[in-house]
Amino acid sequence: MPAIILFWILAIVCVGAALTMVTTANPVRSALALVVCFLTLAVYYVTLSAQFIGAVQVVVYAGAVMVLFLFVIMLLNLGAPAARTSEGSGQRTAAVALGAVLLLVLFVSGMFFEVPGRAVSAASAQAQGTVKAVGLTLYNPHLPWLFPFEATSLLLLVAVVGAIVMTRRQV
Amino acid sequence: MVPVSYYLSLSAVLFTIGVVGVLVKRNPIQVFMCIELMLNAANLTFIALGRFYGTATGEMYVIFALAVAAAEVSVGLGIIVTIFRSRQSIDLDEAALLKS
Repeated sequence: MPAIILFWILAIVCVGAALTMVTTANPVRSALALVVCFLTLAVYYVTLSAQFIGAVQVVVYAGAVMVLFLFVIMLLNLGAPAARTSEGSGQRTAAVALGAVLLLVLFVSGMFFEVPGRAVSAASAQAQGTVKAVGLTLYNPHLPWLFPFEATSLLLLVAVVGAIVMTRRQV
Repeated sequence: MVPVSYYLSLSAVLFTIGVVGVLVKRNPIQVFMCIELMLNAANLTFIALGRFYGTATGEMYVIFALAVAAAEVSVGLGIIVTIFRSRQSIDLDEAALLKS
């Protein structure tokens, strides 16, 4: 029962932060609301016994990615935007209507989903989220994760070089 | 123990908020934040299903999604900075060079 209560508290905070992010016009407030959302998701990961992913979520998303966002907001001086009137209000209505349809479809498909088969015991799930277990799975040459991992390093290198080349001031 | 359908429903709500935000927002930085929210909603689904099926596959997918998201953010924000530098504005409606 405490798990359900924790779930609902976090769900309210998380959805509220996400709605704040979408509705506010100020990008800085938007970014800070997104940090709250990411942190609640990290707590969810820990309660789902994925401790390592929870820590990575805090470090990478709530740390690195959001610092990058705030840095760019500061660099472009977008802190106090001019009050943009919603000239495309037809677009806004259409977006909300489409979102309602999407929510209905996703929600119905998720709400009645049940995992078939046995329940996984908490102890065995807990052992699966540790750094050791994740590393053993990721670097195991008999499992298909090693090559994608190497490819990811190449992807990150390309992203770093691409970002530098694009933002370099042409002379 | 919270049923898995709760997590999937929460993920659906977050994903929809992200989709509506992408369609509604005019500031590309906020559009990027909404895309991040959608990626996180998908990550929550992976983690929840991996936990309830008892496999590590969900966590592996989340690790790769994290790496791709980090790469995407760095390149995307670089593009935004370049657009801002060339036209002193980052309004999405004005950046229509490829639309002619």
